[in-house]
Amino acid sequence: MNVLPLRMPYLLTAGFLIALSALFDLRLAVVTAVWLALWYLNASVAERGGPLARYVTPVIFGLTLILLWELAVGLFQVPSVILPAPSAIAARFAVSTDILWADFVQTFVKGALSGYAIGGLAAFAVALVADRYDVLRRGLLPVGSFMAALPIVGTAPILVMWFGFDWESKAAVVVAMVFFPILVNTVEGLRAADAMQRDLMHTYAATQGQTLVKLRLPAAMPFIFNGLKISTTLALIGAIVAEFFGSPTVGMGFRISTEVGRLALDMVWAEILVAALAGSAFYGAVALIERWVTFWHPSQR
Amino acid sequence: MAEAAVPATGAARARMPGWISRASAALWPVIVVVAGLVAFWYAACVPMNAKEALTQAERGGAVISPEGAGERRDMSSWALVVGNPGELGAVWSLDRPRLPAPHQVASELWNTSVGMALEGRMWSNRSLFTHAWVTLSATLLGFAIGAGLGVLLAVGIVHNRAMDMSVMPWAIASQTIPILAIAPMIIVVLNSVGVSGLLPKALISAYLSFFPVVVSMVKGLRSPQVAQLDLLHTYSATAGQTFWKLRLPASLPYFFTSLKVAIAASLVGAIIGELPTGAVAGLGARLLAGSYYGQTVQIWSALFAAAILAAALVALIGLVQRVVLRRMGLAP
Repeated sequence: MNVLPLRMPYLLTAGFLIALSALFDLRLAVVTAVWLALWYLNASVAERGGPLARYVTPVIFGLTLILLWELAVGLFQVPSVILPAPSAIAARFAVSTDILWADFVQTFVKGALSGYAIGGLAAFAVALVADRYDVLRRGLLPVGSFMAALPIVGTAPILVMWFGFDWESKAAVVVAMVFFPILVNTVEGLRAADAMQRDLMHTYAATQGQTLVKLRLPAAMPFIFNGLKISTTLALIGAIVAEFFGSPTVGMGFRISTEVGRLALDMVWAEILVAALAGSAFYGAVALIERWVTFWHPSQR
Repeated sequence: MAEAAVPATGAARARMPGWISRASAALWPVIVVVAGLVAFWYAACVPMNAKEALTQAERGGAVISPEGAGERRDMSSWALVVGNPGELGAVWSLDRPRLPAPHQVASELWNTSVGMALEGRMWSNRSLFTHAWVTLSATLLGFAIGAGLGVLLAVGIVHNRAMDMSVMPWAIASQTIPILAIAPMIIVVLNSVGVSGLLPKALISAYLSFFPVVVSMVKGLRSPQVAQLDLLHTYSATAGQTFWKLRLPASLPYFFTSLKVAIAASLVGAIIGELPTGAVAGLGARLLAGSYYGQTVQIWSALFAAAILAAALVALIGLVQRVVLRRMGLAP
């Protein structure tokens, strides 16, 4: 790989920063030097451009962060009850995959996914009804966007009280959290088809239902998927936070709160890793479906 | 005048100032929907609270069709409602209902806030003002940190190609992580290294509020058109001048919109941050304490206090937005 020639100003700044940190602590100077070298590598990749740079730079940046984390924990001997090293987290992850899997199934598959599906379908149904009655639409839109900004997750203790400790209450919290973003976006989207297109359907003598299925629903899809994507993170948050208010002895939120109490932070971070992977994969899956459904939209081409 | 031509029925409306009729046209569907929700809430109280209400009525000497609370425990609420239509008066006035009625929540809300303030106990331990202030201070501190950091990061991303390509994907990825889930750990860990009180909660708020600001500010700082940038280039403006005189003013509408999202997220962060601290003070602590002791009315009133706080903060930013943008000639 041909890197950029080392420029004088960069070298001077880097040297100054390393010397400055060496004044405080030699170990800090090592960390600073590693960081500057990797950042330099990253900057040169970014500046060279090319099709690969878009993927390589974020990867290098991520690896840099992990390496610095590992170095800092090792050099400064940070106790693992405060911040475990990435290697320790990876080791813990590898040996406790069965516990992590059980927690994942309990929280994500049973709690978050089922709640997401129920909430999404309910919001979609309400949006279709609201779309038929103008009063309802003009009333629901402001109320819905107001509700979407509220701390809905605060309903968790109430819903846990109503639906018990198992996954049903978690699904209920998720329903409450994802309902309003999806509702607002769907109602908004159903108005996205413009007057010209509606007139065309009218000249075809299309019925209300035909106009809905063939024109207005497809036109609403980018909006609906926007709501669905926002809701993926909310679903996972809702399911995990609801477990803080009571849960069976399995689940990601249960594990996080009990392992924090036992100061087993490597396990907590392993659980966070699972949550991050699940959250990203969930978002990615919805984004993929979006690309498949709304292939005609300018943002997808 | 156009109003002169409207027929007699429309004359009353035509005499009203324009904004009143516009506001009422926008408002009455909202009122209809809210009234519908309140009615649904009252109706939902009947099956939700039927069992406790019937138990209470039986203690008071009334005859309930399957006698004894034990008999009724496994029955469906609907069957009980249908079987004892006359004895359900208590569903809206129970002490610890499963679902408190709206007026119960409203009166609890009033009694623990304005009511206590009128008695001169505005900052007592049970007053919602105390708890709201604890939450609000963490929210505002976290919001300030998060928004400031977000703006700095956005400026860096706009001016540095390497930062744009490496930080932006991670900023987006960081939001697919359910950060609230780490809240208890952050609080406990920071407590163990001696940082406690306001700051840990504020950090969670900051993490939640920085992202909307970064995304919007990057969009806003890049919103000037090529022609405008070219014009400044012909003036031989420096990068700094371009930033202060063109990019920053152009980004303000984006900035305020993102602040509204950010402050709502910040409030959620502060509330969740209060859960693991052992329910000392704050709206989140009220929620947790209420759920420990089955004080449903208290949970609901804390929830509504949080909602009112969120609405007030968003409205406040909206007000600042209108004043600032109007001063700058960016809004009508």
